[in-house]
Amino acid sequence: MDRLNALARKLPTWVVYLSGAVPFGLLVYSAFFGGLGADPVKTLELELGEWGLRFLIASLAITPLMRVGLRLLKFRRALGLLGFGYILMHFTTWIVLDLGLRWGQIGAELVKRPFIIVGFAAFVLLVPLAMTSWNGAIRRMGAAGWKKLHKLAYPAIFLGAVHFVMIGKVYSVDSILYLALTLALLGLRLLPARRPQRRTA
Amino acid sequence: MPFKSDLRWSEVTPKSLFFNRRQIMAGAAGALVSPILAGRAAAAGFSTDEAPNTLEEISTYNNYYEFGYSKEEPSTKAQALTIDPWSVEIGGMVDKPGTYDLSDVLAGMTIEERIYRFRCVEAWSMVIPWQGFELSGLLNKVGVQPSAKFVAFETLYRPEEMPGQQGGSFPYPYVEGVRLDEAMNPLTILATGLYDEELPKQNGAPLRLVVPWKYGFKSIKAIVKITLTDVMPPTTWNILAANEYGFYANVNPGVDHPRWSQASERPIGGGLFAGRKDTVLFNGYGEQVASLYAGQDLTVDY
Repeated sequence: MDRLNALARKLPTWVVYLSGAVPFGLLVYSAFFGGLGADPVKTLELELGEWGLRFLIASLAITPLMRVGLRLLKFRRALGLLGFGYILMHFTTWIVLDLGLRWGQIGAELVKRPFIIVGFAAFVLLVPLAMTSWNGAIRRMGAAGWKKLHKLAYPAIFLGAVHFVMIGKVYSVDSILYLALTLALLGLRLLPARRPQRRTA
Repeated sequence: MPFKSDLRWSEVTPKSLFFNRRQIMAGAAGALVSPILAGRAAAAGFSTDEAPNTLEEISTYNNYYEFGYSKEEPSTKAQALTIDPWSVEIGGMVDKPGTYDLSDVLAGMTIEERIYRFRCVEAWSMVIPWQGFELSGLLNKVGVQPSAKFVAFETLYRPEEMPGQQGGSFPYPYVEGVRLDEAMNPLTILATGLYDEELPKQNGAPLRLVVPWKYGFKSIKAIVKITLTDVMPPTTWNILAANEYGFYANVNPGVDHPRWSQASERPIGGGLFAGRKDTVLFNGYGEQVASLYAGQDLTVDY
């Protein structure tokens, strides 16, 4: 554990940003040069959404991991922003490539379809978090206010996972696993906080 | 011992022949009448003159849950399916019930090319050059009794070759049905091929239904049983979610799926920026089939 923590201390965050962008690069490359199958739009849309959910769930794992002594806090912002970036591209793909900028239909879907409403709500909740994800924002808002605002990540990620479960003609095993993981990570936060144990090296 | 041909279906209409035929027709029409008239003549037939999707697109993008929930899985997992020998049990209110070898089903049927629009309930669409014969031909061959009102179909149940049937909550075998007048409509075919090839297994070989004015899930694959009946038969998606999938399942931009709009569709094969096009009532086959539903409220009978 200590060796892992030492490693994490040495690892610069830009490495996380960069490697987190790799799936996006591969997806865009495949979208233009083939490899996403007969329906590249749908594949792109689904993959972007799923990667977004993966990063957001990973960001949710940071705090529970601290309880077992793994200190990865410095990567949480990177994971959250990567997740938001993928969700933003997912949403953009839906509007531009899937719905083809048919604003009438986009508007109707946003108010009529439960799974789209749920997904859109998750996205909207993430926006203020992404906008206040720089150090200056924490200073201006004060740590307590900032922390309070960023509790929005819990409902946002929960709604995102529910949105994924609601898609499609049948429930997919993957989507149910993501939701279960999300609920587990949220549930762990309800456990009474233990005083951090002092460790001697 | 029934006669069993060792001809392949692909040889029923050789590629060179049907391409020639189309060229000759087009050439003759062009020579005899103005291009405008030729265009009208093509539209009056059963085939659309829209450009078909590629065989690659049609055979790698399939909803065939017996071989997995993804669109790509059937193209690999279906290859292990045994489709020869194949027989179809035809029964219920027919004069000549029995278990027919596939060659007996096909005997006397005229296999022809039908280029049809295909609209999935998931709001995507393709244009598919089927090879097949009119279902009415088969029904007339076995003799439909006057009391029959519906035709029920059943897909093969063979879990050892259809991994999706091993466990899970899906009620197999897959069943579908149409009303007798829908079955007798000349647009309704049993398909045996694609382009000039045998029907790929992932597309429902060796025998599948194609009802081009209905959502794709009505066009049941790998048919082993056809039953004439006087009661509306159960259909799989209707059993699973009656509020989302009706018995009729006619393509209708005015009746949304509860979870998504049916007003528009994404044509497959157009690439990233193809966008959407408006969905047309009865998938554009209203001229041939709208009269079947005279007096019916299509928002109730969805």
